[in-house]
Amino acid sequence: MPDLTKLLFGRLTLESLPFHEPILIGTFAVVALGGIALLGVITYYRLWGYLWREWFTSIDHKKIGIMYMILGFVMLLRGFSDAIMMRAQQAIAFGDNMGYLPPEHYDQIFTAHGVIMIFFVAMPMVTGLMNFVMPLQIGARDVAFPFLNNFSFWMTVAGALLVMASLFIGEFARTGWLAYPPLSDITSSPDAGVDYYIWALQIAGVGTLLSGINLLVTIVKMRAPGMTLMKMPVFTWTALCTNVLIVAAFPVLTAVLAMLAMDRYVGTNFFTTTSGGNAMMYINFIWIWGHPEVYILVLPAFGIYSEVTATFCRKPLFGYASMVYATVVITVLSYLVWLHHFFTMGSGASVNSFFGITTMIISIPTGAKIFNWLFTMYRGRVEFEIPMMWTVAFMVTFVIGGMTGVLLAVPPADFSLHNSLFLVAHFHNVIIGGVLFGLFAGINYWFPKAFGFRLDRFWGKCSFWFWLIGFYFAFMPLYVMGLMGVTRRLNHFDDPSLRIWTYLAAFGAFLILLGIGCTIMQFYVSFRRRVELRDVTGDPWHGRTLEWSTSSPPPPYNFAFTPRIHDHDAWWMMKKYKYERPLEGFLPIHMPHNTGTGFILGALSFVFGFAMIWYMWLLAAVSFLAIIVVAITHTFNYHRDYYLSADEVRRVEQSRTELLASHV
Amino acid sequence: MKALRGLLLFIVALPLAGCQSVLMSPSGDLARQQRDLIITSTVLMLLIIVPVIALTLLFAWHFRASNKKATYDPDWDHSTILELLIWSAPLLIIIALGAITWVSTHKLDPYRPLDQLAPGRPIPANARPLTVYVVALDWKWLFIYPEQGIATVNELAAPVDRPINFKITASTVMNSFFIPALAGQIYAMPGMETTLQAVINHPGEFEGFSANYSGLGFSGMRFVFHGMNEGDFGRWVERAKGGGGDLSREVYVKLAQPSRYEPVHTYATVAPGLYQAILTQCVDPASRACMSNTHPAGDTRAGDMDGMSMSSRTD
Repeated sequence: MPDLTKLLFGRLTLESLPFHEPILIGTFAVVALGGIALLGVITYYRLWGYLWREWFTSIDHKKIGIMYMILGFVMLLRGFSDAIMMRAQQAIAFGDNMGYLPPEHYDQIFTAHGVIMIFFVAMPMVTGLMNFVMPLQIGARDVAFPFLNNFSFWMTVAGALLVMASLFIGEFARTGWLAYPPLSDITSSPDAGVDYYIWALQIAGVGTLLSGINLLVTIVKMRAPGMTLMKMPVFTWTALCTNVLIVAAFPVLTAVLAMLAMDRYVGTNFFTTTSGGNAMMYINFIWIWGHPEVYILVLPAFGIYSEVTATFCRKPLFGYASMVYATVVITVLSYLVWLHHFFTMGSGASVNSFFGITTMIISIPTGAKIFNWLFTMYRGRVEFEIPMMWTVAFMVTFVIGGMTGVLLAVPPADFSLHNSLFLVAHFHNVIIGGVLFGLFAGINYWFPKAFGFRLDRFWGKCSFWFWLIGFYFAFMPLYVMGLMGVTRRLNHFDDPSLRIWTYLAAFGAFLILLGIGCTIMQFYVSFRRRVELRDVTGDPWHGRTLEWSTSSPPPPYNFAFTPRIHDHDAWWMMKKYKYERPLEGFLPIHMPHNTGTGFILGALSFVFGFAMIWYMWLLAAVSFLAIIVVAITHTFNYHRDYYLSADEVRRVEQSRTELLASHV
Repeated sequence: MKALRGLLLFIVALPLAGCQSVLMSPSGDLARQQRDLIITSTVLMLLIIVPVIALTLLFAWHFRASNKKATYDPDWDHSTILELLIWSAPLLIIIALGAITWVSTHKLDPYRPLDQLAPGRPIPANARPLTVYVVALDWKWLFIYPEQGIATVNELAAPVDRPINFKITASTVMNSFFIPALAGQIYAMPGMETTLQAVINHPGEFEGFSANYSGLGFSGMRFVFHGMNEGDFGRWVERAKGGGGDLSREVYVKLAQPSRYEPVHTYATVAPGLYQAILTQCVDPASRACMSNTHPAGDTRAGDMDGMSMSSRTD
């Protein structure tokens, strides 16, 4: 029967399960117990039906946005566990002590850390915030393609689950987060790790690309009447540019991973060292996606800072037009700099200086943005609510990361600093100090809109200070170690004088751990105090943009009447001119029906990916066929929409009127 | 705010700790020029970074909501002069930095023959560069000295103040050849050759390693680089000749097998044409890689195109 076994299970055998790795067995036990407890609680409180009807099948952009945020946060815990394991290993492994992680394991950890943090923490969180906030900001009732939105989310989840599965079934890639060949080709990495990498990113990539198209079309086509491009809120502008980048960049990633997969599965020679293959091509391609990806993450964060600064300084954003132009310039330039990731690959001096200089040019619009936030604070009334604290911390931290980035863009300097811990410090400086701080600012800022109560300030402050100080302790030592010529991805050091620095970095990671703990406490305490912290006005911060004109949380249809826009900071203007909420004349609202198709397609894609990774050709064929059949069947689903009656709209609006009246 | 200021001090103190580091006090002329460039660029950028950080903290403090004495101008959101200024200030810095980048990138191109041994010390007319072939193996470094006819594993030496011409390749995966005290790094890639021209100015023992992750044994891919005066270098070569056997193609194939934390050893002789064979992946002429890289005689066009190893140069 070996043939049948092979047909059914491919190369998956019992040896693929990590029984010999005590760390993994321990992790598995914890995850399994936690999982069983969670499932038990859901079953005990009979929440399955609720979750399925109200969340999993929901095609409401607000709920999908929230689910993206939850996915990102859960994966942050995983990605951070990897980080703290690496910090511990680097603090221990000196001289004769090889540490507690053998390279077989350590190398998977740094690969998984990078992949998870970028693709399954930063991306879902950025997409989640855009999903939740952007339609509200432009006065739309949903995104352009609500079902596609749900489908995109579940594809992202499927990709994340594949990465998680690699923990316990087989192994993850040991190649670094961009899986450069020849190391990632079939000769150097014959096991399933790189295949996990490829299929997780391909499946999640489908979700990202479709969600990019969806949000792009939403911004282009569904703005409320009167909202011209130059009257859009800045966050929506950055979302627009980010989605343009996604639509243009992600197909490159898909193509390059498809070519790598073909090299591995069918023996083509795109990136092999023989038969005319060229690994340098892969490195070019992946960075043609990879550099715009950085801006995909940071532009929405810039948008968040812009909203937060204007709101909490009680002033319109300084230099709206130059902020918009700066964003667009960054969008275009982000495609002209990819080669700075490999100055050391042997390009000529003219090529290197061209890409070095284009990289520096990006710092001009970025610098202009910083000045715009600065002058928004100037002659304002700065209120240090939690989002504003993150923003000020960002401005100070990010310019340091920007400076080291420009330094790395000088090719001869990069020859010394490339691949060093200086580089690692630099990109954590801009991704944590830029993207993550922005996400935390955004979460604290929009949380009351999403859930109807504010987040607790005390725990928010604790989280902020632990994160901020932890960040400096964790990454400033890496700058120094970079100058000491220490390269990245080492699992062992000879030089004992480095030890003080790895200790400091590990201490910083520990502070960040406390910061994450405080964030969890913040959610928990806020939930317990939700009545006290309740936001009845829908406008807890005295906001300027349209999302604050709705109730918190907004009704399923967002706006009973589509607002008309006359200027930017639409809601601020409406308040200024004593806008009266209409209480009569409601019309039925056209709404989409929930559907489970997105969930089913995501689940089938997970099965398909898993089958391809383990060479289970039969299962792969069956699940692929099933995906096609389910997708086609869905096109025959004519039960897609319904009308929310005018009476129902009146009822919802009436209850808000009462709420507002009771709290004036 | 106080804590923020404390943090700032911490940030300023850290680079000072970096001053004694190898990149900031190098021993080779190329690395020294790179160090100067790092410092110049940083100072140039600090011209704008320091005021920005200071203003951020100042504005955040001065315009705090509780400070009712501060001017509040709730509608002020535009100033043409100010906006011109905030675009042109970074622009000017980048113009200066861009010019420095263009010149220094050409001057410090690792492929370019050196134009000085050290500041004020031109290259003597009779100087002949020392050629070293560098091969990154899984996971150790092989250095072949064609002139001396020796080869070493995980140990490199060169005479002080003599230009060195490194020709660099790899056996299977990508690595990066880096001796921070000597010069910047350059990738080592299979089937391709990269070049580094450098010179060491001070005798001493320096660290060298791979700066591009290459698999399980990566952390142990380290070697010592000795800067020596001519006499010591001669003795070092003699010792290598005395201590080792022959690096034949068979021995090379065995050496190229993956191994971790390989101890230093030397070879007294090296098979002729070994480096070229490694570069064209033809150490074993029957190997698939070799077959695919060469073409039958007579098919000259294809031979011209593919029969040679690739240079990684793109311009």
